[in-house]
Amino acid sequence: MNLSFHQMADPIHQFQVQKLFELNIGGLDLSFTNASFYMLLGVALIIIFFGLAASRGKLVPSRSQSIAEVGYGFVADMVRGAAGEEGLKFFPFVFTLFFFVFFANMIGMVPYAFTTTSHLIVTAALALLVISIVIVYGFYKNGLKFLKLFAPSGAPWPIYFLLVPIEIISFFARPVTLALRLFANMLAGHIMLKLFAGFAAQLFGAAFAGAIALSAVGLLAFAMGVALNALELLVAGLQAYVFAILTCVYLNDALHPSH
Amino acid sequence: MMFMTVAAEAAGGSAAFPPFETWHFPSQLFWLTLLFGVLYIALSRFILPKLGGVIEKRGDTIADALDEAARLNEEAKEAKKAQELHLAEARAKARETSDKARAKVDAEIAADTQKVDADLAERLADAEQRIQKVRSDALANVETIAADTTQAILSRFGVSVSEADAKAAVARATKN
Repeated sequence: MNLSFHQMADPIHQFQVQKLFELNIGGLDLSFTNASFYMLLGVALIIIFFGLAASRGKLVPSRSQSIAEVGYGFVADMVRGAAGEEGLKFFPFVFTLFFFVFFANMIGMVPYAFTTTSHLIVTAALALLVISIVIVYGFYKNGLKFLKLFAPSGAPWPIYFLLVPIEIISFFARPVTLALRLFANMLAGHIMLKLFAGFAAQLFGAAFAGAIALSAVGLLAFAMGVALNALELLVAGLQAYVFAILTCVYLNDALHPSH
Repeated sequence: MMFMTVAAEAAGGSAAFPPFETWHFPSQLFWLTLLFGVLYIALSRFILPKLGGVIEKRGDTIADALDEAARLNEEAKEAKKAQELHLAEARAKARETSDKARAKVDAEIAADTQKVDADLAERLADAEQRIQKVRSDALANVETIAADTTQAILSRFGVSVSEADAKAAVARATKN
């Protein structure tokens, strides 16, 4: 009993990756884990939700189709606003990215669910994917003019000795901040949630065992947990949005490097 | 701290912070690539074009309906104009007809009145003539009666007068 109680209260336990099916290919451990399962769940939910909305495709939409279309319009407006009409060729990518992260974050809000975006390896891979697309497409479309990105026009020439290194550093900081922002937000948020929920459970347990005074503190911790839940719900949506909009902003640099 | 070690032991003996454990990195990357790829293909190839098509079709339908509505509105306006023109024409025609009818009736009335007036005047003249004759006849009779009466009175007094004298005397007397 004691062990499971401690496990429940441990705020780090929720991030543990556990193998569900062993899978070994070429000496690499590619096991299907709980992280993979929740990733699969998110992807499946996205495909089912948007697939149903698209396959029905009614002129007068049902409620769920309406929501899917709002999502479509939301991402399309986001891409158009940050990267212009040309940016719409990346619309499917940004859409995939946004809803992948959004569903991962939201699934993470369900108690006992695993938050795939709370792992740096996942957010880092997504951020590297974004920046790779920016670099590859930037050179593909603009050739060497893409390097103008690091030397914005209009500054007096001595400034460039300072400006170019700053621009280069800021460019390569992008994937790092992109990955860390999402990872840290999810990680910290879920640790906080677990801590306050654990506090409440422990304090109520103590109150039940006789220390009645502690129930007031437990109630406070519980209220804090409820408030944090609301906050984390906001953060889950907001971080998906931030990830997607920054992707659009970076893609805009690849489309129009001379600012 | 004790919780964490207990939990970590329960989970498999490693005390590392799970996101920084490296054993699951290949698995994470593999499944992420696979699932993200599948999602991207499903969305970009099948779902998004369809969804976008539905939205576009709706936009087209709405635009078409609006165009049609504008066209019908224009038509209705024209029809209203034509109708008003028609109405004005009909009104003018009706006025003309009624004016004509009134003029005709007025003329008829005038003609009838004239005829009746003429008839009346004629009959009045006739009547006057008759009255005149009757009066003159009566006056003539009065002289005769007066002469007869004079003769009769005088014969009572024993004076006989001839009819002609009596008449002359009456005529002299009535002249004064």
